[in-house]
Amino acid sequence: MQEFLDSLIAQGYFGSLPHTLVYAAGMLVFGLVVVFGFVLIVAGLTTWVERRVWARLQGRVGPNRVGPQGLLQWLADGVKCIMKEDVVPAAADARLFKLAPYVVVVGFLLAFVVVPFGSRPIIADLNVGILYLTAVTSLVVVGILIAGWASNNKWSMIGGIRAAAQIVSYEIPTSLSIMPIVLLTGTLSMQGIIAQQGWAPQDWFIFHNPFTFVAFFILYTSALAEGNRTPFDLPEAESELVAGFVTEYTGVRYLMFFLVEWGNLYVIGAIVTTLFLGGWQIPPITDNAVLRILLEFLTFFVKAYFWALVAMWVRGTLPRVRVDQLMAICWKYLTPIAFVNLLGTAVWITVWPQGNQVARYLMTLLGLALIVLFFRRVRFHLQRARIRERGQLSLNPLV
Amino acid sequence: MKAKGYFGRIKDTCVTVFEGMAVTFSYLVRKPSTVQYPDRMPMRVQDTLPFRYRGILEVDLEICTGCLACERACPIDCIVIDAAKDKARGMIMTRFDIDMAKCMYCGLCSEPCPTGAIHHTPEFEGADYSLESLVRRFVHDPVVCYKPKKAGEDDPTILPLLERGMRYVDEFATPETKKAAAPEQPA
Repeated sequence: MQEFLDSLIAQGYFGSLPHTLVYAAGMLVFGLVVVFGFVLIVAGLTTWVERRVWARLQGRVGPNRVGPQGLLQWLADGVKCIMKEDVVPAAADARLFKLAPYVVVVGFLLAFVVVPFGSRPIIADLNVGILYLTAVTSLVVVGILIAGWASNNKWSMIGGIRAAAQIVSYEIPTSLSIMPIVLLTGTLSMQGIIAQQGWAPQDWFIFHNPFTFVAFFILYTSALAEGNRTPFDLPEAESELVAGFVTEYTGVRYLMFFLVEWGNLYVIGAIVTTLFLGGWQIPPITDNAVLRILLEFLTFFVKAYFWALVAMWVRGTLPRVRVDQLMAICWKYLTPIAFVNLLGTAVWITVWPQGNQVARYLMTLLGLALIVLFFRRVRFHLQRARIRERGQLSLNPLV
Repeated sequence: MKAKGYFGRIKDTCVTVFEGMAVTFSYLVRKPSTVQYPDRMPMRVQDTLPFRYRGILEVDLEICTGCLACERACPIDCIVIDAAKDKARGMIMTRFDIDMAKCMYCGLCSEPCPTGAIHHTPEFEGADYSLESLVRRFVHDPVVCYKPKKAGEDDPTILPLLERGMRYVDEFATPETKKAAAPEQPA
């Protein structure tokens, strides 16, 4: 965005206004466009998508009554929540109770400052982008802890404490899985990282070497844990904690926590897409600047949203882990392996400073082989249940 | 079973998650088993139920003789009938109420009915806003009870009702074994 504003200033659009003021106003406008034109809509639609996907995984249909195929369900839910009474429990610490959702939402929205939408559109391409991202997403844990504490309710409290323990622990494998990419690129800037990848899969960092391949999955797993997603949704484990830290919340405040939960899915997807999956890189097929930006946006969005869909799919597949298992996964498995990845990548770039083309192609083939194997397993399960013979096959996603 | 080592557990996790994801993915291309009741069914559920399904009670007043057999048969007194003899016109019925909130759908009332006037329908959607509105009042103005004719019924408006009622009663009277042998009648 800065270069765009710079060009406007150079053309004398703002007269003698101080540049900082122009920047601030520009950021504000663009930020508002992003929040209201993108984040809220994506987070809202994600609730519908998630419920539909989840339903299909369980052999149900899901919400399909409000609007075509239930597309407007999220609006109906939103209106319903807004019209609810805003209850603050008598024993709660009212000020903190009211503050908590805003902290959570701010921590979540700040992440969008560095989430790219294409080669040019990004609110601010900070030179410490990815570090900034890990820093501001930690703000969410503060909000959750405040919510848990201020509710003055044992379930909320346990939920908040669990969230704190979980997010603080999983920050470590997350950061350690980001480090190999930083080693490879020598930059923390989101756009800088994407610029060093190509549009073809073998140029993505996930297939750069075996270590980054593993780092990708560790990053995705621990990002799920940081976003309080199943199978790591212990802070709001319904079976044990009612609704965890949101137990006492109603109406709009309740909505805010869920806005963050579903919006986070996209952020998780955006992070892994930026770091490992080539971001917005598209093949050089067009010189038209506008078309290019659109295609880049689409590429990035599809990649990022695919991983949001995978998160929903994981939610429909895996059971919730126990607290001790959660910690064991983090400290006994993900963290050591992430360290090995970091060292391995360091050794790799010492041996092959420009990367190893053969290894790239081999890793790409491995990825392809895994996908093929996966669909063979899917076909096996369909055949074992004799789905086609019983006429139960339905490739239409919108039943 | 041999205890798994560190790497064994990692391998197990990867393999089982991979397999589990494949299983759930296969459900994405299966037809949901949900029945979208009530408005997106190929036909109404009521139409798929058998002829003698014990749903909400219904009385065909045109063929009710006012014999009070159902009122006597009802074990929980949910049927209330007021009928008196009138010199000129025969039995006059002024009240026939069935409290569906009390009814336990035992079917004992429809068994002694000589004409099959009182019978269960396949209708089962009985939800309502108050208990009072669950009382079904069949008589609004006093009516003359039906009197069977010696020569057999010939009124074309009453005949189909009576035939249906008699079939209903007959199916009660037919023992299970005989009914299985008899050809099935469409509901």
